[in-house]
Amino acid sequence: MRLRLIACLALTAGLAAGGAARAENDQSIEGIEKYREALRDGNPAELFEAQGEELWKKPDGPKKASLEKCDLGLGAGVVKGAYAQLPRYFKDTDRVQDAESRLLTCKEKLQGIDVGPIIKAPFGSHEKDDMNALVTYISGQSKGMPVKVSLSHPKEKAMFNLGKRMFYYEGGPYDFACATCHGQSGARIRLQELPALATTKGAPVGWTSWPAYRVSAGQMWGMQWRLADCFRQQRFPEPNYTSDATIALSMFMSALSKDAKMDTPGIKR
Amino acid sequence: MKNIVKLVALLPLLAAPALAGSNATDWGKGAGDAAFSAMLKNSFHDKGIATLSRLKQDATQAFCSDPARATGASKAAVAARAKIEAENLATIKWPTDGKWLGDWKAGEKIAQSGRGMTSSDKAGEANGGNCYNCHQISKAEIAYGTIGPSLHNYGKTRGNSEETMRYTWGKIYNAKAYNACSNMPRAGHMGILTEAQIRDLMALLLDPASPVNQ
Amino acid sequence: MPNPMKIRATAKDGVTEVKVLMNHEMETGFRKDSSGAVIPAWFITDVTAKLKDKVVMQAQWGASVSKNPFLAFKIKGGAAGDKVVVTWTDNKGETRTDETTIA
Repeated sequence: MRLRLIACLALTAGLAAGGAARAENDQSIEGIEKYREALRDGNPAELFEAQGEELWKKPDGPKKASLEKCDLGLGAGVVKGAYAQLPRYFKDTDRVQDAESRLLTCKEKLQGIDVGPIIKAPFGSHEKDDMNALVTYISGQSKGMPVKVSLSHPKEKAMFNLGKRMFYYEGGPYDFACATCHGQSGARIRLQELPALATTKGAPVGWTSWPAYRVSAGQMWGMQWRLADCFRQQRFPEPNYTSDATIALSMFMSALSKDAKMDTPGIKR
Repeated sequence: MKNIVKLVALLPLLAAPALAGSNATDWGKGAGDAAFSAMLKNSFHDKGIATLSRLKQDATQAFCSDPARATGASKAAVAARAKIEAENLATIKWPTDGKWLGDWKAGEKIAQSGRGMTSSDKAGEANGGNCYNCHQISKAEIAYGTIGPSLHNYGKTRGNSEETMRYTWGKIYNAKAYNACSNMPRAGHMGILTEAQIRDLMALLLDPASPVNQ
Repeated sequence: MPNPMKIRATAKDGVTEVKVLMNHEMETGFRKDSSGAVIPAWFITDVTAKLKDKVVMQAQWGASVSKNPFLAFKIKGGAAGDKVVVTWTDNKGETRTDETTIA
């Protein structure tokens, strides 16, 4: 029985439910693996990477500057490998920042852009699409690199601890916490497998695969969008874009993903 | 701090609430109550029907947000969970007309629906039960989740004695009455499902004519 | 001006494999927006591929193709350095042409 259940895990909504019901489990798994393989071959995330690179290099804002001197943690202008070491503490802002948060800092400081409207704009808006393209480009420059997130600064350690506490924080009309669905391994919602995100085995499954292109929606999602939608399904109010709660959760997952290889940008059904 | 924890462990007869407090998880540096509340306060905004008031926890939610207490095996944790369960049991409203079972067909629809109460849902729309998200129920539906146990043949294996009816109603109405930190929402207590909807779900699980029991 | 495609072409044993990723909304014309209004159809209708200025592949598409379509095909011939040109045209009459050289 247990085995059969596990076998079912590999089913994804990429196949029509009715069709899958009639298929043998093994065949379903094979079919899904082929589907996933095929998706990987032509990941539209590449289009967003190209767009993000363009945005990175394009002069913008009152200061007519590009983002090419943006310090993502490895020094001004170093993009290669930066995403695999985020979030991290930045001295100039005295804050732990993820890729999105740091991009906002650079837009503000280097380009002179008022980032308030970017923070407030809904996901799917032009402002947020540009942000997603930028993080897609940045994450692609860490593809295949091991996650190296530091917890040596007290604020980094605090962020990790806060993220852990946030992961278990239960609330709202459904009593949901992140842990409700992601606190165990081997379980699924409908046919979607759920990684146990508070473990060193489960965390990389999530962390190293975002930003990702979502085929069914035709959208490119960065981790900020991913987390905001988790909270929506949790029946929570919406997290502020680049708020500490979201960065804390990213810190929690990324630190647990230490040494796992980034597989970004990813692709999801 | 460590000494206090040890002391408490030696005094299993202390009142449950005090014990529960002392047994709490130490979240580590920078994640104490003040820092955590400040982060929560600054990190969210109202969206649609999902307002900030939802971040405010009731006693059960606060208790279950601490894994040491929610799942710990210490006598203190066990006693504290029993207290939470008793409190939740007291909230259950039993069917007003004494009728347990509604229409299993309507129940199947409610079990299938995962809609309701998110920031993108509208107020006043009927909520779904989210049941298939976590449970196998009717054999025909293969897209079921596995966070909860299979409910296939629920009525067939348990029969439909008054006791079974009562437990099942109570479990749907307030799951935390039977397992303090169950992953299952408290559908009746939190106003997710109406009494009529619960009756239909009861029929899905317990009506001998329901496909669940075929 | 539509967004660019990404094209990759590799030749091996006299066969060239071309992989194209197109940037397009591909609206079916059956979806509705949040106010209930139908979103007008907008999709690629024709795709043409040329190898050294000779048409080697033509496709007619409809609304069932996904957003940001990915197309892979093999053609006989082609060698490293040859030019591959891909063009699409949509039902609004917009068109986009991109090229690459075979690796």
